[in-house]
Amino acid sequence: MITLLTLLPIVGALVVLASYRSPQLARIFAMVFAAAALVLSLLFWYRLDPANPAMQFEEVHAWAPSLGMSYHVGVDGLGVLMLALSAIVVLMSLAASWANKRQGPVYLALVLLLEAGLFGTFTALNFIHWFIFWELSLIPAFFLVRLWGGPGRARAANLFFLYTMVGSVALLLSFLALFLATGRFDFIELAQLAQSGQLTASLAQNLHWAGSPQHLAMLLFWGAFLGFAVKTAVVPFHTWLPVTYAEAPSETTMLLTGAMSKMGVYGFLRVLLPIFPQQMRQALTPLLWLAVATIVLPAFAAWAQKDLKRTFAYSSINHLGYCVLGICVAARFTGADPSLAAEKSAALTGVLLQIFSHGLTAASLFWFIALLERRSGGLRGIDDFGGLRRIIPVFSGLMSIAIFASLGLPGLNGFPAEFLIFKGAFPLAAWATSISVLGLLMTAVFLLTVIQKVFSGPVNPRWEAMPDLTTAERLLLLPAIALGFLLGLYPQLIGGMVHSTVMQWVTGARL
Amino acid sequence: MLAWTLYLSFFGALAARLSPTKSLARVVALLTALAGLAIGVVTLLHWQPGEFLTVTHVTWIPQLGISYYLAADGISLTLLLLTGIAATAGILFSWNIEHRTQEFFALYLVLIGGVYGVFLSFDLFLLFVFYEIAIIPKYFLIAIWGSAARDPSAANPGSQREYAAMKLALYSFAGSALVLAGMVAAWVASGGSSLSFDALAAFHFSSHFQMAIFPLVFVGFAVLAGMWPFHTWAPTGHAAAPTAASMLLAGVVMKLGAYGCLRVGMMLFPAGLDPWGLHVLGFGSWRDIFALLALIGIVYGASVALVQRDFKFVIGYSSVSHMGFVLLGLMTLTQIGLDGAVLQMFSHGVIAGLLFAVVGRMVYDRTHTRDLNALGPMQLARFIPFAAVTFTLAGMASIGLPGFSGFIAEFQILVGTWRAFPWMTAVAGVGILIGIAFTWRALTKAFFGEPTPGAAEHALPPITLPEKLGALLLLASTLAVGVYPRVLTDLILPSLNSPLFEGLRKGGWR
Amino acid sequence: MNPVSYSDLLRFTLPEITVALAGLLVLTLDITVLRQYSVRRRFGIAALVGCAGCLFAAYRLVHTLPPYSLPNGMFVVTPLTNVVQIALLALAIFTILLSTSTRITGHIGEYLALILFATVAMMFLVATQNLLLIFVSLEFLSLSLYILTGFHKQSRQSAEAALKYFLFGGMSAGFLLFGMSLLYGLSGSIELPAIAAALSGPTLDPLLVIAIIMVTIGFGFKVAAAPFHLWAPDAYQGAPTVSAGFIASSSKVASFFVFGQVVILGLGSAAGRGAFHAYVPGWVPVLCVMAALSMILGNLAAIAQTSVRRLLAYSAIGHAGYMLLGLIAHTQQGSSALLYYVITYALASLGAFGVLGALEAEGVDKLADIAGLSRRAPGLSLCMLIFLLSLAGIPPLAGFFAKFYIFTAVLQAEPHFGLLWLVLLAVAMSAVSLYYYLRVLKQIYVVDGGAEPRPIQTPVVTRFTLWVLAALVVLLGCVPGILLRWIGA
Repeated sequence: MITLLTLLPIVGALVVLASYRSPQLARIFAMVFAAAALVLSLLFWYRLDPANPAMQFEEVHAWAPSLGMSYHVGVDGLGVLMLALSAIVVLMSLAASWANKRQGPVYLALVLLLEAGLFGTFTALNFIHWFIFWELSLIPAFFLVRLWGGPGRARAANLFFLYTMVGSVALLLSFLALFLATGRFDFIELAQLAQSGQLTASLAQNLHWAGSPQHLAMLLFWGAFLGFAVKTAVVPFHTWLPVTYAEAPSETTMLLTGAMSKMGVYGFLRVLLPIFPQQMRQALTPLLWLAVATIVLPAFAAWAQKDLKRTFAYSSINHLGYCVLGICVAARFTGADPSLAAEKSAALTGVLLQIFSHGLTAASLFWFIALLERRSGGLRGIDDFGGLRRIIPVFSGLMSIAIFASLGLPGLNGFPAEFLIFKGAFPLAAWATSISVLGLLMTAVFLLTVIQKVFSGPVNPRWEAMPDLTTAERLLLLPAIALGFLLGLYPQLIGGMVHSTVMQWVTGARL
Repeated sequence: MLAWTLYLSFFGALAARLSPTKSLARVVALLTALAGLAIGVVTLLHWQPGEFLTVTHVTWIPQLGISYYLAADGISLTLLLLTGIAATAGILFSWNIEHRTQEFFALYLVLIGGVYGVFLSFDLFLLFVFYEIAIIPKYFLIAIWGSAARDPSAANPGSQREYAAMKLALYSFAGSALVLAGMVAAWVASGGSSLSFDALAAFHFSSHFQMAIFPLVFVGFAVLAGMWPFHTWAPTGHAAAPTAASMLLAGVVMKLGAYGCLRVGMMLFPAGLDPWGLHVLGFGSWRDIFALLALIGIVYGASVALVQRDFKFVIGYSSVSHMGFVLLGLMTLTQIGLDGAVLQMFSHGVIAGLLFAVVGRMVYDRTHTRDLNALGPMQLARFIPFAAVTFTLAGMASIGLPGFSGFIAEFQILVGTWRAFPWMTAVAGVGILIGIAFTWRALTKAFFGEPTPGAAEHALPPITLPEKLGALLLLASTLAVGVYPRVLTDLILPSLNSPLFEGLRKGGWR
Repeated sequence: MNPVSYSDLLRFTLPEITVALAGLLVLTLDITVLRQYSVRRRFGIAALVGCAGCLFAAYRLVHTLPPYSLPNGMFVVTPLTNVVQIALLALAIFTILLSTSTRITGHIGEYLALILFATVAMMFLVATQNLLLIFVSLEFLSLSLYILTGFHKQSRQSAEAALKYFLFGGMSAGFLLFGMSLLYGLSGSIELPAIAAALSGPTLDPLLVIAIIMVTIGFGFKVAAAPFHLWAPDAYQGAPTVSAGFIASSSKVASFFVFGQVVILGLGSAAGRGAFHAYVPGWVPVLCVMAALSMILGNLAAIAQTSVRRLLAYSAIGHAGYMLLGLIAHTQQGSSALLYYVITYALASLGAFGVLGALEAEGVDKLADIAGLSRRAPGLSLCMLIFLLSLAGIPPLAGFFAKFYIFTAVLQAEPHFGLLWLVLLAVAMSAVSLYYYLRVLKQIYVVDGGAEPRPIQTPVVTRFTLWVLAALVVLLGCVPGILLRWIGA
């Protein structure tokens, strides 16, 4: 079943490419396949047993057994969440590209391939197989930026590629070392070894390392961390992100921010936390500092931006910083102390909610920017507009809703996520949480500044004739907005689904 | 039935030469190559694990104990499949040759026949005969149909490709001369009764003899495999050769050398790899020396490829780097390393074929330049997107991206290297990183360059059907093995555990 | 004193007699009856007669049952000598057929008669173990060859070549005779086996050393081994092509055979060893030096040549070096390897010169002249390809197996691997040789010969002969067993 899900976008990409000559037909095919993927992923959501914390819908096939490589896929609460998010974001991105003539069949095929890469990454349970999809999602993204991006796209694509590649190499090396020590690549098996404390022992035994095995394990942890940190754009590995998000076409940025950036956080949850819990605990203070930096600094940086895309790019980094905070905090006492279970589960649930909510919100925001760019002829500076509220009221209203969701206004999807993270993090790491509040404040500041400068204020005469959202656009945007309200008012929709998985992590039983 | 791959190639060569029209020659050649591939695939489908297939075994020259002995084990079959794939693809990519077409395909098929013969031979003399048969067609293919020099405005562009052709022929011949010396010595030492592999593998040569003969034979074959520092013929030769020839040269002929290293050098004289008992400059055995040379080849090839201006030379040097992996894998003397080495032979054969096909046939035949800086402004991604996509995929395969055949091969070699020479694993990893760098550089420079503002745009002829078919064949092969490597490892591993490799195994693989 | 049965003698010498008679007949016919016919007709009839004689002789040889010997080893018939004589006759037939297209001279009868007489001389040369008769036959052969070399009266080069050949030959004949007389003095017999018996002893007499050196000088000249090779390049280049081919092929076969007879049969005990660690003075070390010099000098000098004939001459010197390896081994296997090598070499060499002869009418000698030959004469080019690749030692042609066989023989000789240094040198020089052969082939196949390729017409007989030679080279390469069986490997 899972294999089918992963193959579906690939088949879709081939079909789209085959209808090279008729772009309209290609577009229809792309939407159909994306919609089918969404339906399938929602089916997983529906059929998942929320009470069962183990992996479900597992498929295991031997691939190269002598090398410990097998085709092992499965989903749990986290998995279905990511699948659903990816499907939704891809569908949103394709809907945004519908009217863009420049983005033809090749673009659509690349997006579908990216979706396949995402599905594969979020379901794989064996490192090599996972790594294949991790890297495979990089390729379409690179081309999407390089070929359809803005004037600085060459540098942006190269930067994106280089950073991610370096991170991936570090990740690969760490896992190779783990393989050489334990002979395994399977995440679940490695996590079990880590839980029982045998991981460090194997490192000591099988790798000829001069120093202590603890140091080696730490080194491997930092290597793996680097890979995920680059992807998640943890400060100071974030410098690729604003450039890339700005230069990529806005429709692609929706994908990058909505789904791809979540790959890094997924990695933290699926890979780092279960396999290196001790190391995370030991490195907690530096990690918390990094998380705090990721929350606070980009918020200030966003305030200083003149390009709307860069503003929201930094905002993305900031929002993901909350996720990192929540994870690091939960790692603090994983498994050991039952008294803090409530806090930990709150933090982790908040992280998961934030993943979904930010993905949805950020994708929507960039969609709005795409629509704005089309109307303004490519301009997207914060000072280029003014008083749009009066000229295009519907657009302004809907975008403001998305901005408020990003801000964390109660009633919208951002609030439960950030609230839970802070609720869980404060008792566990008070100082970090306190400093992070600064980030919250600054986020409010710059987001309100955006609203003020773009929508309010004196009407910019240049845009007097700007058309409002068409009916088609309204219809397409409405589901996203509605979902935002739904999650804001009823977060249990997600929370219930992921509850058992979170408890799993909190009690540190198996994963 | 396997012997028909060989016979059909020679018949096909004759038929192609005598064809009255060029199109008939092309069709004959293609059918012959396809027949060879089909035979290989059918044999694969009927293959039992661990099988050893004796195709023909008749006495040839009884006075010297030489027999006409054709046989195949798993390793031979892997390489036979490679030959079939590379040959078919090569012919598809040569569909546009107009100059002396019949002679081209005739020579090409003779070369294929010689290669099939080497992989099928189980008598050392017979292997050597086929090995040498392959040298002369190579010379003519490059000298007559090769592409012009780095500098097309040179006074006599023909002289540069003649130079490349002669260099390649002489290096190959010199390598084979060393092997001849070793072969004669082996015959004399074994009592002159037989030169077949099973007899020689079972014979206990004195370890003193093996330590002297092994480097002779190994270096002789390694010259053709492009081992540093005997590799200099390879970039020049590959760059000067016409597309199909360079596909075959880098793809298959270099593997002849590696196969010879394994089958003749290591299988027959395994004691040559044993420690000497003393250390000279830090080396304790031939194994140490050759492993180091292989490692140098990996890094050197990749580094030099990084600074090339000529597209074809980038690929040529990358071949040297990839063959370094093969040789390193051989020297690990672990089951996993040897398996990886043979797998890399297959994988690199297909991938190199693909790379040369794109660079030579798709790009050069249309743009008439190989200069990376000149190619950028031509906006190749826009006019021949198929070529851009193919090269991207080939580049990904070449750097060892998982999902393609190169990954499994290089990974196994690295695991084997870790067990044998741990420090070399890191250096080899650096080589891979440099490989990523030069592939990416070539890709972006050649295909994704910015047009010079104000310059006229020249549309390029579209990619023809034979080119697409050839590219698809090669891509499918590397993907198939990448996704399901067991199709080949199930052939290779039992062969490594057969009695022939007993001397190398010494009771059990490390 | 054994009574000689004249009927037996006649029966066993009938082949030689036939060929001699054929020669005389050709001469007579040409001088008397055929004068008024065209050159083509004259050549045809004379060739027919000559070939008929040779064929009859060969037939007789096949049906003769050796052994037979005259007293004093003057005439010894063994299965091996029969085989060599048949080979010589075959080569003579090929030479005659190739010469039918020569237009350098009007003295057809004399030309063919000389070829036939030379053949008779060679047949006697290989069938004798008597020093005196060896010398007589050798001189007979040489005289015929000198004249054949200078046959082209209008060419200064031909005359010069013949004169050089004659002067060198005469001097070396002197050396040979002196050496032989020393051998007689030391052993008291002129019969090879008796000499061998008399000379066996632990130490080497200084006079014997001188005798060995003299004899090897004499024969070394004959086979064009360095450092006695100086006549060869000029002779090969200046002589009419067919004569050069004849010198390169037949006389090499005979000369090597008799060289082998003398040193192995006659001086076997004084052999010595040329091995690296186990040096023992004798004629083997002398030959080792000669072989090494020939291989190095012949192959390296050939690289620089621009004339195809001179290139072939220097390569002949190199090949003489390889063939000397067979003598150095002085085992049964070494001798059969030598025979195999020299016979296949003769076929390829004659073929190469035959091709050049066919091109002679076009004025072709320099490398540049044969550019683009593959378009003008594809059949001739293919034959040339086969001959040159066989000389280079590329399988599956005869030259490769010959080299392999000789290398194995040398390494297998006692002590095992003692002569490894020589084999390595031979292998290295063999690799070098590919370079200059490829250069010729490059001119033929690769280089563009200019705008209009004018096809070259070759007479049917010449083409037929060349194809037969090429087919033999390929056949003997693929199935060497045929020849190996006959030379008693």
